Amino acid sequence: MFGFGDGWVAAAYVICIASTILCVVYGLLHWNVDDTFPEPVHPADEDLEFEVEV
Amino acid sequence: MNLTLLIIIIALYLLAIAFLGWLGYRKTKNAADYLVGGRQIHPVLMALAYGSTFISTSAIVGFGGVAGLMGMGVLWLTALNIFVGIFIAFVVFGRPTRRIGARLDAHTFPELMGRRFGSRFIQGFSGTVMALLMPLYAAAVMIGGARFLEVQLKMDYQLALFVFAVVVVAYVFFGGLKGVIYTDALQGTIMFVSMIILLFATYQFVGGWGAHQELTALASKVPPPLQAIGHQGWTAMPTFGSPLWWTLVSTIVLGVGIGVLAQPQLAVRYMTVKSGKELNRALVPGGIFILMMTGVAFVVGALTNLYFFQREGVIALAKVIDPVTKGPNIDKIIPTYISQAMPEWFGYLFLLAMLGAAMSTLSGQFHAIGTSVGRDLYQQAIARGQHQERTVPLAKLGIFVGFVLTILLAAKLELGIIAIATALFFGMCAAVFLPAYVSALFWRRATRPGVIAGMLSGFGAWALWVLFVHAKESSAIGLSQLLFNVPTLAGKTVWAVVDPIVIALPLSAIVTVVVSLLTKPPAASLLRACFNGEAPKAEEAAAPAEKVGV
Repeated sequence: MFGFGDGWVAAAYVICIASTILCVVYGLLHWNVDDTFPEPVHPADEDLEFEVEV
Repeated sequence: MNLTLLIIIIALYLLAIAFLGWLGYRKTKNAADYLVGGRQIHPVLMALAYGSTFISTSAIVGFGGVAGLMGMGVLWLTALNIFVGIFIAFVVFGRPTRRIGARLDAHTFPELMGRRFGSRFIQGFSGTVMALLMPLYAAAVMIGGARFLEVQLKMDYQLALFVFAVVVVAYVFFGGLKGVIYTDALQGTIMFVSMIILLFATYQFVGGWGAHQELTALASKVPPPLQAIGHQGWTAMPTFGSPLWWTLVSTIVLGVGIGVLAQPQLAVRYMTVKSGKELNRALVPGGIFILMMTGVAFVVGALTNLYFFQREGVIALAKVIDPVTKGPNIDKIIPTYISQAMPEWFGYLFLLAMLGAAMSTLSGQFHAIGTSVGRDLYQQAIARGQHQERTVPLAKLGIFVGFVLTILLAAKLELGIIAIATALFFGMCAAVFLPAYVSALFWRRATRPGVIAGMLSGFGAWALWVLFVHAKESSAIGLSQLLFNVPTLAGKTVWAVVDPIVIALPLSAIVTVVVSLLTKPPAASLLRACFNGEAPKAEEAAAPAEKVGV
């Protein structure tokens, strides 16, 4: 396929392009899907305060 | 090349870079600006910055040279770069990283890990590993840039290395991440345009689409020593299970393709965007950018064999014989091809692209080294959260020390080392950080002891494999020879070419899971803070800072 010596390389070639299309299509379909990120609950630049197991 | 014209072009380029670095420096008002760009970076800038940090001269010059040697089987790495390094990274990892990072107010990847598991040890250990081993990867990138300067300008390699390094460290030192992202975006644009031109020009030179068939027919020209280790031509995978197959699949494809998920200097990029929308939008330029960088470099790298054979009757390896060692230096395949095949004006443009590719990655690497030293190792692990005012000065000191280490390595490492050194670092990141990172984002039952045990076992296995088993490194380092009088404990078995990632990553994952299941579940307050955004109640947040962490 495509003049390649074996199917594995041809598959890699196709998957490269298919993955790029996937990124573009997914990005466009979710272009305006928002998800505002939260404010910190961990006080900025303060010490770790959460209870943790020892 | 016209040296005067070249100097003018490079000077203008550096002025633009310096201006952008200054712009970033002017807007850097506090530690958050310096560390994560104030979390307000535009998605296209973020995608270009991520892509240009991810893709360096190592990918284009180093791995392009590997394609010149091994052929288009390297395209599997491009497939993983796009699907894993962009799609999975942004869609699956980006959002929870940004969300948890914001809730915990994490400024660096080690800090995210440390706060997620309530452990200063994790943060300090991650920072230390990065600060110590990142120079290896940075050296690979530096070599790529310096080799290109060496070939294009016929300059002494050591001088090229020095000139290149000084320019890079200057703007990283002054600009912080904002400066880095602005300059990355400019560099990403130049890289993108250059690679498009390179792709179309190369196909035109070698006969268009039919070039694949001609390259396939060239399989009989593979040198016998390469045939003996599994090489079947430049459009076919090596023989299954052969030494070349293991090197290609385990070191080149898996090491880098999987390791990208756990690259601290890339993960920190997710923490720079304002919302999930930016991550979705960044997928579009991100996917295209990576295809045009690695995909083009690997196809062109393989096609250089056809180009040189059509014109001179030799394959690419014959064009890059080192005068001293008498062996081929695959790091020079792409620079030699550009110098010989492409018009002079393209040489200038591509030189800027390579400068940009190296500088953007190096800036991200030095930034990661600096923050590892200043914030993760010193401020959190050593000073126990005190002396915040020392973070930025110490980060800058870390950058300087990392820079010196990088230069020393770049000056000393052997020929044709770019791809190997890069894969080694990526594999280490996968073994040490990936199971912990995945657990941090997706597995609430993961415990601090489990993650620490996983990271330590992953690092230990990786280090032992590199020192005593994987022949490429163990023979170069010499410890196995010193202690056991053999270059590798694997002898002539296939294990000598199996990459450390194949052993260390599964081991690290298994240890993380087993130890987590055997230890007490994490505190509910910590999980609520990480996953629900609830501030810990007073009675739950009673543990004093000094008692937290291992």
